[in-house]
Amino acid sequence: MSGTNGRLIEVTVPHLAESLVSATIGKWLKQPGDYVEQYDVICELFTEKVNTEMPSPIEGKLVKIIVGEGETAAVGEAICLLELPAEAGREASVGSGGHQEAAVQSGAALAVSGDQSMRGRYSPAVHRLAMDNRVDLSRVNGTGLGGRITRKDVEQFIASGGASASASAGFVSSSAAAAPSSAPAAPSAAAMSAQQANQPASPAQAAPAVSAQEAAAMKQAAHTPVRSSGLHLSANPPTPLIEVEGQPSDARNEYFIDVTPIRNAIATRMRQSVTEIPHAWTMIEVDVTNLVVLRNKVKDEFMRREGINLTYLAFMMKAVVNAIKDYPIINSVWAVDKIIVKRDINISLSVGTEDSVLTPVIKKADQKNIAGLAREIDELTKKTRAGKLSLNDMVGGTFTVNNTGSFGSILSYPIINYPQAAIVTFESIVKKPVVIHDMIAVRSMVNLCLSLDHRILDGVICGRFLQRVKENLEGYNSETQIY
Amino acid sequence: MAVITYLEAIRSAMQEEMQQDDNVFVLGEDVGKGGVLNTTKGLRDMFGEDRVLDTPLAESAIVGVAIGSAMYGMKPIAEIQFADFIFPATNQIISEAAKIRYRSNNDWSCPIVIRAPYGATGASALYHSQCPESVFFGTPGLKIVAPSNPYDAKGLLKAAIRDADPVLYFEHKKCYLALSADVPEQDYIVPIGKADVKRQGTDITVIAYGIAVHYALIAAEELAKEGISAHVLDLRTLQPLDKEAILEATAKTGKVLIVHEDNKTGGVGAEVSAIIAEELLFELDAPIARLCGPDVPAVGNNPPMEKFFLLSPDKLKEAMRKLAMF
Repeated sequence: MSGTNGRLIEVTVPHLAESLVSATIGKWLKQPGDYVEQYDVICELFTEKVNTEMPSPIEGKLVKIIVGEGETAAVGEAICLLELPAEAGREASVGSGGHQEAAVQSGAALAVSGDQSMRGRYSPAVHRLAMDNRVDLSRVNGTGLGGRITRKDVEQFIASGGASASASAGFVSSSAAAAPSSAPAAPSAAAMSAQQANQPASPAQAAPAVSAQEAAAMKQAAHTPVRSSGLHLSANPPTPLIEVEGQPSDARNEYFIDVTPIRNAIATRMRQSVTEIPHAWTMIEVDVTNLVVLRNKVKDEFMRREGINLTYLAFMMKAVVNAIKDYPIINSVWAVDKIIVKRDINISLSVGTEDSVLTPVIKKADQKNIAGLAREIDELTKKTRAGKLSLNDMVGGTFTVNNTGSFGSILSYPIINYPQAAIVTFESIVKKPVVIHDMIAVRSMVNLCLSLDHRILDGVICGRFLQRVKENLEGYNSETQIY
Repeated sequence: MAVITYLEAIRSAMQEEMQQDDNVFVLGEDVGKGGVLNTTKGLRDMFGEDRVLDTPLAESAIVGVAIGSAMYGMKPIAEIQFADFIFPATNQIISEAAKIRYRSNNDWSCPIVIRAPYGATGASALYHSQCPESVFFGTPGLKIVAPSNPYDAKGLLKAAIRDADPVLYFEHKKCYLALSADVPEQDYIVPIGKADVKRQGTDITVIAYGIAVHYALIAAEELAKEGISAHVLDLRTLQPLDKEAILEATAKTGKVLIVHEDNKTGGVGAEVSAIIAEELLFELDAPIARLCGPDVPAVGNNPPMEKFFLLSPDKLKEAMRKLAMF
């Protein structure tokens, strides 16, 4: 270098245009030894896109041409060396020299440091390798950052035969080190078996040799709180969307069914009904012999024409609806300071399924004849059992008819479908010896049971109502029109 | 074999496919005179104005026309002059091209190729530097390729043109003239959906695509002198990702560095990282590392900003060394 103590700077090929990667030197306009000002043109550059003159980026003395005329250099590559004037050069050299020193130092520090802070931090790969090959990691030399044992370190340790040596001696300590992870499982298993031993051994318990996990699961299930008494029954239980059956309990002679939303709704409404409504109950016996004759006469024809079964329920419904027309107070609701009497007669029909009971509504039942009611009953029961009832099918009921006879009952004490005023059941039709005009006859008899809201209704009005239903039912004969 | 550039590889793929199949045609802004980047140079002289179609400055129309003609059995190659301007066509690509097969229950497909020169070359600033691949990355129904060398560029473009579904072909502008290699003159394709190991190594794995692969290879050569052995996987196809290759390359070293020029957040690397984390926890020997563009819109025009933003072999070398030392 020269005696001016200046610093050498590389002049590089500038990025002249989009997608340009190299340029060819045309003619050098300055020669080594020339002093150039900033922006003095030093050479020509030819590229695929443009030909241009290359201005000097800095002021200084051209000391060396690196890329000759006609030669090509990539963008960023040096084409010549300029020597900075002494003062600027000293400044630059101090600045950048200091920088480099620092970098070197930090690099060296990393390489030879005794930092072992990461010695005990194992990556998943190191853990797995050590487990698979029974390597005692405390014997492995860590070359990673902070003394970390890398996957390569373990691999090298295994390759050098370290693993087999540690398998006999070293693995003991390794397994001891690994113990904490499996430790929580062990005591619980021990506790369980102890607990089982203390309990009076039921056959079910004694038989299987349960694993630790199963035992833990059983223990948890046993701790699930079961509500059977107390104030909490007035609170709503959590209602999961799915039914979960059969968690094992301790005694194994019972199992749990989570309360489904629909079961919860039934429970809530029933509790509300029996706690809010003072129920009274009465029953009446009806001779439906003529109705049986009538139905037997028309049911096959009806089945053929309509495609649906003509049930006794349709006749019962008609009898009830007509009786309500005569005693509208039956069709009412208790509103504390008033009694609301509903003009529309919308009959709720109790329909039972395997696990619930629903009450779809026959709207404006007073405007339908027997055939119409039969059709509506058929449609609603089918929808109920298929689980296809809409919300609209369920609302607006003013009085409930319950066909308990369908499952053979002859006597019921129904709970009123809140907030209605009464509910009637239609029991089984049974042939009985009946005294008529001091003679014993075989007649088809049925019981009607009525529960009533004693706040609204009393015995006389309900007796009259039931008498009217009875008259209506007994009034059917073989001439009755069902359309 | 002939030594050709990445740019020439793309041009020769289009030329050969147009010779083989009369249904293949090119459309885009200025493609007739070769386009601003010269990719289609000479094609109009060979195939005429009907097959090298100059379009107005309307990207939604370019892709829309391509989709429409594909419906009629044509095989369009739509050129978006710079990938930065693909966004007006995004609705056509994501809402239409990507979904035609699905919504027609396999009755229709959309065999279009959209070529999008992307990435920063330096001194081009915001609107000629962006990497928009992550915008399309999460759209099922699209295939996305991003070759890193002339051989792959030609083979993947041929595969894309022959593919029955829409393919986005991201060509990095910095590769155009900077990379050249021996490319066979006979017909060949590089299958879509297959990644490629560009360098075998044992210490660290670098997963990259586009120009970053090139940088990784340079950095790997230099690091080899320091005793660090880098395994370099080129994704080549971004959608669908070659999961097996990613997992295999990761398992090889247990230390992964994912590199791309696109922004770090929500980029392709994020998905690659998630795949590794989901499938390969017990092979990992270091946290999965990413070296990507910073989360700023695009590269600035001034040299310090460019240097800050852009990937370089030096930046890769540093990140790779750091990972190797972990």
